[in-house]
This record gives sequence, structure tokens and C-alpha cells, in this order.
Amino acid sequence: MKLVLRVWRQKERGAPGAFSRYEAPDASPDMSFLELLDVINEHLIVSGEQPIAFDHDCREGICGSCGMMIDGVAHGPMKATATCQLHLRHFRDGDEIQVEPWRAAAFPVIKDLVVDRGALDHIIAAGGFVTAQTGSAPDGNAILVPKRAAEEAMDAAACIGCGACIAACPNGSASLFTAAKISHLGLLPQGQPERARRVVAMVAQMDREGFGNCSWHGECEAACPKSISIDTIVRMNRDWLAACIMPKEKSRSEEGG
Amino acid sequence: MLFLWRAVVGKKIAMAVTGAIMIAFLIGHVAGNLLVFRGAVALDAWSAFLKHNAGVLWAVRAVLFVSVVLHVVAAVQVTLLDRKARPQAYARIQPQAATVASRTMRIGGLLIACFIVVHLMHLTTGTIRPAPFQEARVYDNVVGGFHIWWVALIYVVAMIVIGLHLVHGAWSWLRTLGLSRPKAEPLQRPIAAALAIVIWAGFTAIPLAILFGLVR
Repeated sequence: MKLVLRVWRQKERGAPGAFSRYEAPDASPDMSFLELLDVINEHLIVSGEQPIAFDHDCREGICGSCGMMIDGVAHGPMKATATCQLHLRHFRDGDEIQVEPWRAAAFPVIKDLVVDRGALDHIIAAGGFVTAQTGSAPDGNAILVPKRAAEEAMDAAACIGCGACIAACPNGSASLFTAAKISHLGLLPQGQPERARRVVAMVAQMDREGFGNCSWHGECEAACPKSISIDTIVRMNRDWLAACIMPKEKSRSEEGG
Repeated sequence: MLFLWRAVVGKKIAMAVTGAIMIAFLIGHVAGNLLVFRGAVALDAWSAFLKHNAGVLWAVRAVLFVSVVLHVVAAVQVTLLDRKARPQAYARIQPQAATVASRTMRIGGLLIACFIVVHLMHLTTGTIRPAPFQEARVYDNVVGGFHIWWVALIYVVAMIVIGLHLVHGAWSWLRTLGLSRPKAEPLQRPIAAALAIVIWAGFTAIPLAILFGLVR
């Protein structure tokens, strides 16, 4: 099949960028989208041009590296998958596809389709962890986890930090990412001691990174390769409000009681 | 309260609380307005009852005024924040989940703010008089005004904008406050949609009924 890509090319951070047109006359429908970029890059290298820079690692949908806007949809037209899991059979012969990096002030473009998602690391560093004693592994059933909490926590923990939620949000909000991390830890018994402190710190860091507000368009949930629900944002807001207006709760949870 | 306002989530919580207050007001407002179908005596008596309890009336007006101001200020602030959060727009973007309602909240809110001013000047203060205006003759003022086609049209259009604002707002305020229960399809909003339709239909019925001579 023949495909035409219009890819955002940008030399470096802060440099002006523009779309360049690339033809792939003999693409296979069984190729993944990243393999198509690989093929185009091989041609570019042979002809002495700079290959298209894009983030990728596991190529099986679990590392969260390979995000890009494909025809105005984060991770492309297939639901609940990352870009690496998108195959060319989802396009029609002769399609012209626009490929853009994530656009957000907090995600500066480093080169071409590669953005700096360090802002997400800063949010995690602000509170996305549990303080646990190191040493030998604890007994498997020493802490009992209710089934429902275990399932909801695992659903939220599926977040791979790819940034599609921010990229797809009309407001550039990082609410789904932050809420997924807060839900993941806040639902489990091990996350309780720092629950109030965590939500306050992570929400504050989200603001500091310059992300937008959540106005419930639902675009994040639709873009998420792991289908994380916007119900996690409900939980984040509830925890945040409780932590802010009930300082008693805060101090009690911080004491681990 | 100020530390709440400083956080972006806090501003959204302020918008949710004030939005809920305004929804509660709209329910009372539409219920009172529908008295127009019971005639001049019923509607004017309701108006007189409200004016008689001036303390309560002014307290409600004060709460509503503060709600509108907080709602608008927070909306403007988060809109400016969002602009800064994405300085470069996408060349191509295809919305996957956003609704007409969710995407028109800002322009709709602006139109509603303009409508509120016009509406208060028309039927509360009588500053704008497309038809003769008499103090305490609510029924005559309403019927006189809506006999004019363009006055009725402004109200009918405004109610579409308000209905659309409610389809999103009556659903999202509960989510912002963290009061919604987890759902399999969180974007479905049957109760908010029904509430928006009831409020829209109630308000829209009045200018249309008067314009087409069903209420005279």
C-alpha cells in the first residue's frame, strides 16, 4: 500500500519547525506505524538526510515512550493502544497522514517527534511513591487488600506515563496522569499513611509544571492506551478536597493511624 | 478559603459549587415562571410574595451575584491558564470524546453572562422597554414583551445556550467535587441531560406560548 506522511520536523528545542512530506510507496499493511517510520528513516539515511527522531523502546505497548499525534488523534485511530501497536491495516491505500509531536508548554519538543516529558517525573517525585522499609520481601498475605480496591488500583496502575492524556486534552491538563497515580497508591493499604500529603503535593506540582485545568471533555480517557477512566479524576478531587478542608484527617493519616 | 482558590483544582471546585447554586436557582426560577400558565393573578401573587420577603429575596440575590462573579472570574483565569498550557496548537486535531456542550462552555458562558444583563434590564429593572413596563405587573410585562417576535427569539436562543451549558455543567460539577460514583461509562450523563431538557423546555415554553397566542 502507498502512504504519504506529513511529519513535523524540528531541529532542536526552541527551533522553528515545519511539516515535511514523505512518501512510502510500498508499505505493508502488516507493518506497525513505527516500522513505517523506520523504513522512511532508512531511505532518509541513504539519501544523506536527517532521519525522523521519535521516541520508542519496548514496541509492545508497555513502556509509554512512543506517543505522537497521528492525524489529530493521540496514538492514532485505534482505541486503547500505543503508537507501536498501531498497524498500517487501519489506514487506506493512498492516505495522507499528519504526524505531530505532543503539544504542551510542559512538553517542549526536543527534536522532531520527541518531547521532554520530564514534567511527569516531577509530579511523581512530588509524591507518587510509598515510603516502605527496605529489606527482605514481606510475606505475601501480611497486608490484606480488598478485591475491589486491588482491581481499581491495578486499573489505575496500568498508566505507562506516555502523556497522551495531556496531548489529547483541549486544555493541556495532566489530571488523568496525576489522578491515575493518586488512585493507584491511594486505594491500597500501603498508600494510606501518605495519602493526604501525596494528593496535595502532586496536585500542586501539576500546577507548577504549567498544565491546564480539567473541564471534563473526556478526551484523555479516549486517548489513553490503557483506557484509564476519568473516574480516577473524581477520586483525586475528592481526596484533594478532603486533605485541604479536613486537616485532622491529614495529620491522622500522616501519623499512620 | 484562599489557599483553595490558589490551586487550579480549587478554582474548579469554586466553579462547581457556584454552578450548583445557579442550577438550584434555575429550578426555582423555571417553576415560578411556569405560573404564567395559571394566569396573571397566580404569577403576580408569586412576585408579590417574593417582594414581601425582601430580606430573603436580597439574600438570594446576593448569593447569586457572588456566585456569578466567582464563576466568571475562575472561568477567565483557567481559560488564560489553558492558553498558556498549549502555546502551539495542533495543525490537525480530531476530538474523540468532547461534546458540543463541553466545547462550547466558554463561548456559551460569555453569551449567558450577556443574556443575564439584558434579561435583568428587561424584566427586573425595566431599563430596556421593548413593550410598556409597569412595576409589579409581572404578567403584563412578560406577555407584552414576548408578543414582540425578536424579544421572544432572543430568549429562545438564550435558552438553547443555557440548556447546552447545563448538559455539561449539571454533570461535571458532581465530578469536580468528587461526588460521582465510579461508572462503567463515565461520560454518560442521563440525569444531567434530563435536567437540562426540563429546564430548557420550561423556560422556552413561555415565550413561544405567548408569541403564538396560547397565553394572552
